[in-house]
Amino acid sequence: MEAANVHVHGAHDAAHGHGHHPTGLMRWVTTTNHKDIGTMYLWFSFAMFMVGGAMALIIRAELFQPGLQYVSPEFFNQMITLHGLIMVFGAIMPAFVGFANWMIPMMIGAPDMAFARMNNWSFWLLPPAGILLTASMFVTGGAAGTGWTLYPPLSVQMGMGMDMAIFAVHILGMSSIMGSINIITTILNMRAPGMTLMRLPMFCWTWLVTAYLLIAVMPVLAGAVTMILTDRHFGTSFFNAAGGGDPVMFQHIFWFFGHPEVYIIALPAFGVISHVIPAFARKPIFGYTSMVYAIASIALISFIVWAHHMYVVGMPVAGQLYFMYATMLIAVPTGVKVFNWVATMWRGSMTFETPMLFAIGFLFLFTIGGFTGLVLSMTSVDVQLQDTYYVVAHFHYVMVAGALYSAFAGVYYWLPKWTGHMYDETLGKWHFWLSFISFNAAFFPQHFLGLAGMPRRIPDYALQFTDFNQVSTYGAFVFGLSQLLFLYVVLKTIRGGEKAADKPWEGATGLEWTLPSPPPHHSFEEPPILK
Amino acid sequence: MTSKASSMAGLAGLGLSLYSGLSQAAWELTFQKPATRLGQEIFSLHDWMMVIITIIFVGVFGVMFYSVYAHRKSRGHKAAQFHENTLVEIVWTVVPLVILILMVIPVTGTVLAMRDTSNPDLTIKTTGYQWKWGYDYIKGEGEGIRFIATLATPPEQINGKAPKGEHYLLETDRHLVVPVGKKIRLLTTANDVIHAWWVPALAVKQDAIPGFVRDTWFKVEQEGIYRGQCAELCGKDHGYMPIVVEAVSAEKYSKWVEEQKKLMAAAADDPNKTWTLDELKSRGEKVYAANCVACHQATGKGVPGTFPALDGSKVVMGPKDVQIGTVLNGRPGTAMAAFGKQLSDVEIAAVVTYTRNAWGNKAADMAQPGEIKAARK
Ligand code: HEC
Ligand SMILES: [Cu+2]
Repeated sequence: MEAANVHVHGAHDAAHGHGHHPTGLMRWVTTTNHKDIGTMYLWFSFAMFMVGGAMALIIRAELFQPGLQYVSPEFFNQMITLHGLIMVFGAIMPAFVGFANWMIPMMIGAPDMAFARMNNWSFWLLPPAGILLTASMFVTGGAAGTGWTLYPPLSVQMGMGMDMAIFAVHILGMSSIMGSINIITTILNMRAPGMTLMRLPMFCWTWLVTAYLLIAVMPVLAGAVTMILTDRHFGTSFFNAAGGGDPVMFQHIFWFFGHPEVYIIALPAFGVISHVIPAFARKPIFGYTSMVYAIASIALISFIVWAHHMYVVGMPVAGQLYFMYATMLIAVPTGVKVFNWVATMWRGSMTFETPMLFAIGFLFLFTIGGFTGLVLSMTSVDVQLQDTYYVVAHFHYVMVAGALYSAFAGVYYWLPKWTGHMYDETLGKWHFWLSFISFNAAFFPQHFLGLAGMPRRIPDYALQFTDFNQVSTYGAFVFGLSQLLFLYVVLKTIRGGEKAADKPWEGATGLEWTLPSPPPHHSFEEPPILK
Repeated sequence: MTSKASSMAGLAGLGLSLYSGLSQAAWELTFQKPATRLGQEIFSLHDWMMVIITIIFVGVFGVMFYSVYAHRKSRGHKAAQFHENTLVEIVWTVVPLVILILMVIPVTGTVLAMRDTSNPDLTIKTTGYQWKWGYDYIKGEGEGIRFIATLATPPEQINGKAPKGEHYLLETDRHLVVPVGKKIRLLTTANDVIHAWWVPALAVKQDAIPGFVRDTWFKVEQEGIYRGQCAELCGKDHGYMPIVVEAVSAEKYSKWVEEQKKLMAAAADDPNKTWTLDELKSRGEKVYAANCVACHQATGKGVPGTFPALDGSKVVMGPKDVQIGTVLNGRPGTAMAAFGKQLSDVEIAAVVTYTRNAWGNKAADMAQPGEIKAARK
């Protein structure tokens, strides 16, 4: 019944739809259209990606050689903190919300998102949060210098920049929760007739599960940072042993959020890949049902493994063993996904346009990240590797080669739909190969640095770490600059180019390809009928 | 790519010490050579795991790349349309599970061994301070020895004004001396924020948490010097609080303990002595250099916005008891730690006197150790 209501509402909107929309800036400020909002999410995320990337290059420049060259240790700590927070909350998460906004209504045959006004609000919360984070660099004492994990008591020592980061996290959390409510409602209530849950496109499945994860853990993070806030200013002692609190409790709370967060980022990335690989293999996805179960079990297990980030805090040995076993278990559903993707490619009829290249790059590199994750899950080995560059390498394989590559695959895959133009294939391929080689140059050596004993989050290091750090810095700079090429390709596609057909990819399937490119203002005014 | 790389190299060439580090080329690919039995076990566990991983990796991506090669449209391959196979799916769920179980059995053994801190020969407590390590030998031979170990690398090397030494950043003024072949139980705690005591070759890493005591252990097999660092971000100088462990034979260890005992007796301050202003000032300058410069700076000007200046500070120039209280008890919730437990009465009296009379500060008075003793109550 609810679904019916929403449809009526959609039709109503459509009747008044065209003609008297505000233009210029006001169009974007007041828009309730899922495509406009998706676009804003994506541009916001790209802008944040540039800011966070610039910070990464400052970090890598300082680490080019031992000694302090360009920045002070305090500033270095601020850079690693902001780089982490901005990339996770400002770049990667909004990018996938952008995809969700654009694609979910088009994939399920709906006119728009369920709560169009709330959608506007959840986007417009982001810029203030982004500004709070970046501006915190300029207040006295600078930004938080704690790393993105914000561990107390260090975070209690920080200046006002810490409070700004806390408020930014609050705002981002609100935005994520609203976005999630919207996504869940849209998927559950606005599917075209005939689209049962087990016929839901994979991207929608991953987002449905992700949205539940977000609703479950964002309040936990908000609670944790609020406790830091009151410890800082209102005399509480949640994390202060002298007042009866425990600093390690923060870590438990933080990672109870933090581990599902990894899958909040990874699952939508899996979703995109599950569309791109079948399209370019011209073959349906292998094991749809097991994929769905794998997603659900990954999400569930992600709630019970958090303390594998804390093997050296001194928890009881039974705890260490339990968290080790539970963590290793995640490898099973993740393995299933990888096998399914490979089986989808097997005996297909493949072509290798840019989206497919990024998807294969994702598969290859994400699996490396998965394997190093397995190494790290082993408590006694992890004790050697915890807080070293090995961990830095591991999560960049998962976050950059995983989530970011998948976002690139998605952009190239759907850009023709979004803009009505084909992108420049040659430049797209250049972007892929430059990114692929430079990414590995930047991050592969970090495994060796970590194994040999280089801690993370240090501005200066012992001499034996010099060589690999130099390679890593070269790689990082090339990787960073390659992303300008991406910007150029996207701008060029928006401004013109070969006209894209409704379905520009031979093997693509799904309702989004039944719409014209670019699609009309309201995606589906009449729900399509699924056979 | 090469042109970008070379311009980047040019940029770096502007750095002060281009040559530094290059002399010590080291492309280490794996763990440092372990010096404990547990370290060896972890080392071989890791190797064993890498073998399994490599086999799986080659298997999966062998299939994928074969497919990329053979099943491409440009070679005229027609797409099959199969999309499930229950048997295969069950197999690739169960087989990894079995492999994981095989992997986890030996790991469980090392985890249990790692956490068994019972029956130590020697117990040492280490305390993490921003940014140095304190050591107390609390049980076993050497009981009562205590000292603080700080970074020995001179600032000129860090700032590129002098060539970097061989053990750049991994050298301390005092070494943690331990006997080989003895089980050392290490208690860790911290005074201000969380630190982590880590020496890779000993395969030991343990967080040091303020207000709590954790423990770990190691037994060094060979004499030698082993270097490590703080592994948990602990503020500004996190990268500058190294750990140096010197493992020596039992005889050498006993000799070292004797020496330390003598040195400590000689260095002990006479509690009843009344100090002169000059004595206190010169002693205080040393205490200040060892404990306060990292934040308040040698100039006493601090770091604006983060660490206040002591030069011209109202607290330093104001009533003595307030200042003594600040140093003894710190300021909770800020980086200003309580120095009461770290420093003796004489040292606190000295540093208070010194700061009252250094730079532009001209209080021209002093604090005697007796006043500190009284203030502690
Ligand atoms: C880890 C950094 C750090 C170290 C080391 C440190 N301090 Fe501080 N100190 C601070 C901070 C931060 C404050 C400001 C606290 C506040 O906000 O109330 C402070 C405040 C003070 C004050 C009060 C100044 C004022 O004007 O309010 C005195 C006096 C002082 N420190 C003395 C010392 C002495 C003496 C030492 C060495 C034994 C020392 N500090 C070591 C960080 C440090
Ligand atoms: Cu530390």
